[in-house]
Amino acid sequence: MRRVYLDHSATTPVDPEVAAIMMTYYTEKYGNPSSVHGFGRETKQALEQARNQVAELIGAASREITFTSGGTEADNLAILGTAEALRKKGKHIITSCIEHHAVLETCEYLEKNGFDLTVIPVDEEGIISVDEVRKAIRPDTILITVMHANNEVGSIQPIAEIGKLAKEHGIVFHVDAVQSLGKIPINVEEMNVDLLTVSGHKIYGPKGVGALYVRKGVRIVPLIHGGGQERKRRSGTENMPGIIGFGKACELAGQRMADDAEKQIKLRDKLMNGIVERIEYVKVNGPVGEKRLPNNVNVSIRYVEGESLLLSLDMLGIAASSGSACTSGSLDPSHVLLGMGLIHEIAHGSLRFSLGRQNTEEDIDYVLEQLPKIVERLRMMSPLYDQVIHSKKA
Amino acid sequence: MYTEKVMDHFTNPRNVGEMENPDGVGEVGNAKCGDIMRIYLDIEGDIIKDVKFKTFGCGAAVATSSMVTEMVKGKTIDEAMVISNAAVAEALGGLPETKMHCSNLAADALHKAIGDYRDKQQKKE
Repeated sequence: MRRVYLDHSATTPVDPEVAAIMMTYYTEKYGNPSSVHGFGRETKQALEQARNQVAELIGAASREITFTSGGTEADNLAILGTAEALRKKGKHIITSCIEHHAVLETCEYLEKNGFDLTVIPVDEEGIISVDEVRKAIRPDTILITVMHANNEVGSIQPIAEIGKLAKEHGIVFHVDAVQSLGKIPINVEEMNVDLLTVSGHKIYGPKGVGALYVRKGVRIVPLIHGGGQERKRRSGTENMPGIIGFGKACELAGQRMADDAEKQIKLRDKLMNGIVERIEYVKVNGPVGEKRLPNNVNVSIRYVEGESLLLSLDMLGIAASSGSACTSGSLDPSHVLLGMGLIHEIAHGSLRFSLGRQNTEEDIDYVLEQLPKIVERLRMMSPLYDQVIHSKKA
Repeated sequence: MYTEKVMDHFTNPRNVGEMENPDGVGEVGNAKCGDIMRIYLDIEGDIIKDVKFKTFGCGAAVATSSMVTEMVKGKTIDEAMVISNAAVAEALGGLPETKMHCSNLAADALHKAIGDYRDKQQKKE
């Protein structure tokens, strides 16, 4: 059976070049970078090289990069670390309603512990309004945390403008860039970002490694205390194979970003337009064109439910994801789709396809051939579709 | 996450469809929560002669609907009334914990359809 992986926003395969270089740091170059001896010095040097590779991809200085166990830890470190460092200055935090759970849950945890939280809305394309952020700012605002690109609908946020606003008001600005890294250019200087979260496994690097960019002069309190690694920001012996792999993945992403984007935008539009042409009652979720990540397709297919679509696609070897309640583990569908104003029943029928380097035109053709049949089968089973059939007959 | 039996009923659901003049119809759930099940009954005497269903929902919702139709065909309505949601789940070899409360409503739809049938009978008398 043909297998088509279209869930790269969940995770990516590790690039063979990345995997190969990681291997040597398991079996040959296993020294602890904190050790004085040659084994340690060898890995310490490699650690700093990886730090530089990450820094280069986002326009930072390498000393501003702190390695973590992944995007979630970096988000926690940024938000909790800033709140702790600035709690005497103020207690107000601003975020948006479409953030990843790693940000939203962390902010809500702070809210339960004495901080004030303003969650700003998005428009119907899933884009934050800079004006709303401006209106939310208070004299005691200490942190604004907004994602660069949304993981579900691919909407790219006006980070540079929000960054400018934060800078004018002397507010720390954190950006979760897990989904945008390696897909669209990031420059922490041009975007006026103080803290930036990145992760390895979304860019053909390994799982279990990420980083937080911390602008020089910005103070954060560590979450993990111990041996004082990572400039005392994140104790614990460094995950060397992971860090080396992440560094290499960043280097490759920098080289391939333009080509990847060009190719994936073509496939993205072919898939999105193809679905709309072949299936009735479909709504595209998120923006079209330049405000959308090159690899994201998100559609709501009316009168059918997302998990049923996923199961049916999976049986044909196609991997995608959905914002339906059944896949979120709660009774409500995706907070992102609801935040964009979708009603529950349309959010339940959402499908996300996220493209990657290995996807081909044939992959898209295969999906476009199979999906309409799946939808037809499920609709014939759906009581919600009855009214449509009956009105058509009439 | 689903048993083979659930996947079998999801892939090849039994008794999908509508009925022209059903003796009883029962619907549970709503589009907001992501599951709607509708069951149609054809009853002769006290026996469920035929049963059809239509479901909007996840894999578990479709599979439990299909399963319950298979379980009640040919049964008396009294026998059908004692079939529980838990029994439907059990007949499928179990459901994931998260699905037990939200998508396991097929027996409720069946009982509603029988209730509808009984209401109609009473009105006739």
